[in-house]
Amino acid sequence: MRAEALLHQEYAIRGGDFVNAGESSCKIRNTLRQIGIDSEVVRRIAIAAYEAEMNVVMYAHHGKMEVNVYPEEIRLTIDDSGPGIADIDLAMQPGYSTASEEMREMGFGAGMGLPNIKKNADVFNLTSRVGKGTRLEINILLNGKNG
Amino acid sequence: MKLSRIQELLRATMISEQGGDDPDIKYAKASDLMSDVLALSQAFSDRNTLLITGLTNKQVVRTCEISGIRAIVFVRGKNPRADTIELARQCNITLLACKLRMFEACGILHNSGILAPAGPCGDPRNAR
Repeated sequence: MRAEALLHQEYAIRGGDFVNAGESSCKIRNTLRQIGIDSEVVRRIAIAAYEAEMNVVMYAHHGKMEVNVYPEEIRLTIDDSGPGIADIDLAMQPGYSTASEEMREMGFGAGMGLPNIKKNADVFNLTSRVGKGTRLEINILLNGKNG
Repeated sequence: MKLSRIQELLRATMISEQGGDDPDIKYAKASDLMSDVLALSQAFSDRNTLLITGLTNKQVVRTCEISGIRAIVFVRGKNPRADTIELARQCNITLLACKLRMFEACGILHNSGILAPAGPCGDPRNAR
């Protein structure tokens, strides 16, 4: 049985809100730093959270990002309502992107987001229903692959 | 190399200085793609890393905060808007702007000893 989370936070993400995009991930980063999580673990979580948050802002209507800190790991879950991903294998290929010009002007939409999230995660789970939304779960072990 | 020396080399303007701090910079990344900056983020080295970019929106500052980069040089004579400067102040990230093109800025800094961070796409052992 999973231990109770030592810390739980939830953030709402609005699709299309490029002005505030990234704010939730920065808050998560700062909170994890404040409670003394190893800086390398924080860096990996923050990058994964930021890429995932940008994906919601760029592609979905709205989403929720949840972070739970356990004694052995940090779990990050992002649920969104949006178009979903028809072909997850294709979406995972570096360089594959359906981003608009506006997204690219922001410096995103290069098709590196999902591979980059996976690279930083110890456990990576992506599920999606077309026309409904996408759920991304990642775990990073507190004594993980880069820790 | 001190950031103040980088400012001299690039003839850059200080847009937003953080508490008189003059960080020591060893590495630089140059990109207008923030996903690439994040993808090439390396454990520990980003604290001594400078970002060279032509993008001036808030996401540039967010990207640096997320990956731990402490200073940004905007190239091609671009200046960030007030909201970008304010976010950099909150995040304690120094902003510089110069008129050079990205390639020129990279060349000057690389010639002066600033390296690409170690990693699959930028091993300093292969850079010289």
